Amino acid sequence: MPRWRVLAVFLLPAFLLYSVFIVYPLVSALDYSFFEWRGIRQAGFAGLDNYRDLLSVYPYDQQLWRAFAHNALFFAGTMLIQNTVGLLFAVLLFRYGRGKRFLQASFTTPYLVDPLVVGYLWSLLLNPTFGPVNALLKAAGLDSWALPWLGDTNTALPIVILVNAWQWVGFPMLMFSAALAGIPAEYHEAARVDGASAWQAFRRVTLPLLTPAIGVVSVLTFIGNFNAFGLVYAMAGSTGSPAGSTDVLGLLFYRVAFVEGGVEAIGRSSALAVLMFVFIFGVSLLATSYFRRRERRLV
Amino acid sequence: MKTARRAPGRVAVHLLLWGYAVVALLPLVVMLLNSLRPTSEVFTAPLGLPTSPSLRSYGQVWTEASFSTYFMNSLIVTGGAVLLGTAVSALAAFPLARYDFFGNRVLGAYFLAGLMLPIRLGLVPIFYLMDSMGLIDSLLGLTLLYAASGVPFCIFVLSAFYRSLPVELDEAARLDGAGEFRIFGQIMLPLVRPALASVMLFQFVPLWHEFLYPLVLLRSDEKFTIPRGLSQFFGEYTTDWSALFAGLVLATAPLFVLFVLATRQIIAGLTAGMSK
Repeated sequence: MPRWRVLAVFLLPAFLLYSVFIVYPLVSALDYSFFEWRGIRQAGFAGLDNYRDLLSVYPYDQQLWRAFAHNALFFAGTMLIQNTVGLLFAVLLFRYGRGKRFLQASFTTPYLVDPLVVGYLWSLLLNPTFGPVNALLKAAGLDSWALPWLGDTNTALPIVILVNAWQWVGFPMLMFSAALAGIPAEYHEAARVDGASAWQAFRRVTLPLLTPAIGVVSVLTFIGNFNAFGLVYAMAGSTGSPAGSTDVLGLLFYRVAFVEGGVEAIGRSSALAVLMFVFIFGVSLLATSYFRRRERRLV
Repeated sequence: MKTARRAPGRVAVHLLLWGYAVVALLPLVVMLLNSLRPTSEVFTAPLGLPTSPSLRSYGQVWTEASFSTYFMNSLIVTGGAVLLGTAVSALAAFPLARYDFFGNRVLGAYFLAGLMLPIRLGLVPIFYLMDSMGLIDSLLGLTLLYAASGVPFCIFVLSAFYRSLPVELDEAARLDGAGEFRIFGQIMLPLVRPALASVMLFQFVPLWHEFLYPLVLLRSDEKFTIPRGLSQFFGEYTTDWSALFAGLVLATAPLFVLFVLATRQIIAGLTAGMSK
C-alpha cells in the first residue's frame, strides 16, 4: 500500500485535467440553464424560464420542433436505409467466397473520411451545373433526374440521409457480420430439416438471434444522428439551407449559442444542450433496457 | 429446378455487391482524379479523366491556402492531446486497478461517468472557461481540452489491462525493493504497451476530425486545424474546384496512411506481447 503522496502523483494529473475541462463545464451547463443572462453577466435565478422561452419565443418555438422533426426523420431514414442495407450486405457476404475481404474493406472505407470532408465532397459531386452526378444521369438519358438535389427543399434532407448512409453503412455491416458468425450452424440446419424456406429460416431463426446486435446498432445510430453536425454543416451551412429544410438540433444549438442568440444566448443555449442531453441519454437508456428484455426472452 | 432458380439469384448477388463497391469507392476516386486536373477540365468534362495529370493544385493548396499550417496545427493539437491524455490516464489507471485505497471505487466511477456524458453539452461553459484563462484562439487550450476528453475512455481500457496482469509481478518486485514508480515504469507500462497503442489510435481519429470546438474556439487563420481550415477554404475558393478537391484529398490522406501503419503496428504489438 503506497503512501498518499505517491498515490497523488499517479492520480492528480488525470483528475485535474478531467475535472477542469470536462466535469466543471458539464456541471456549469446545467447551472447556466437555470439563470437569466444579460450577455455574459448572470442576472438572477430564472428557474425554468430559459426552457420555457425555447419552447415559446419566436423563432425558437418553430425552429426547435422543425430541427427535432428533421433529426427524427434522419434517424428513421438511417434505420430504414443504412441499417437494412448493412444487414443485407452482412447476410450476402456471410457465405461469400473470393473477394469477400475486398468488398468488406471497400464498404467500410468511407468511414475513415472526416464527415466534414464527406459533406463538402458530396456538395461538389451533386452540384447542379458542374457536378459529375448529374452529368452521369444526363449521359444515361435520365435528364429529368438531373435535379438540383441540395437546392430543393424536398430533396435536400433525403440526400443528406443518403450521403450519411454512404459513409456509415460499413458499420452495421461489420456489427451484423460479427453477430452472424456467432450463430451456431446447427440452428440453420435444424430449420432446413424442418422444411423451412431460406426466408423463413432468416425471419424465424437468424433475425431473432440478431436482437443484441440490432439493439447496439439502433442505439448508436440514434446517438450519432441526434448529434449530427459536421456533415450537415458542410452540405447545408449553419442554417440548414435551403430554407431550413435540413436544420438539425446540432446546428440550432450552435446558432443559439454563438451566432444569433443575443443577450440571452448563454441561458437558452445551455437549456437546449441540457434538453438534448436528457432526451438522447433517456431514450438510449430506455432502448437499451428494452433490447435487454427482448434478449432475455430469447434464452 | 433448384439450381436453375439459384443461378440468376447468385448473379444478382454478385452484381449488387460489386456494384455497391463501385458506389462506395467511386466518389473517392473522383475526388483524387479531379484534384489532378485543372478546374477548366473539371468544369467542361465532369466525367472525364485527367488528360495530363499534375500536382499543381496541391502546391497551391499547401502554400497559398495555408494547408501546411493547418496540417502542422492538427498534428500538434491531436498528437499532443493523444500523448498527454494517454500519459495521465496510464498513470491514474495503475493505482485505480491495482491498489485498494480509500475512495478507489468512487474515484473510478467519477472517471467512468465521463464515458456517458457528451462533451458537447459543455460547449458554452468551455468557451467562457477558455476565455477566462486566455486560451481562446490557442492551440494549447484545444490540446488540453482534447486530452481531457480522452481520459475516461483511456482509464476504462487501461484499468482492464492492468487488472489482467498477475499480482505476483508487483509483489515480487516490491520484495526486491523496487519503488512504486519503478514498478509502474519498468514492469507495468511495458506490459500494457499493446493497449497503449490501440487506445492512442482510438483517440486520434475523432480528435483529428473534431470540428465544432475549433469552429468556436479558434479565431485566426494561422491557428486553424485541418477541419476548421477546410471550412474557411471552402468559403474562399468556391470556384476553384481543382483546389477544392486537392484540399479534400489532403484532409483525408493522413488518416489513410495512419490507419495502414497503425493496424500493422497494433497487430505487431499484440503478437509481441503474446510471445513474451
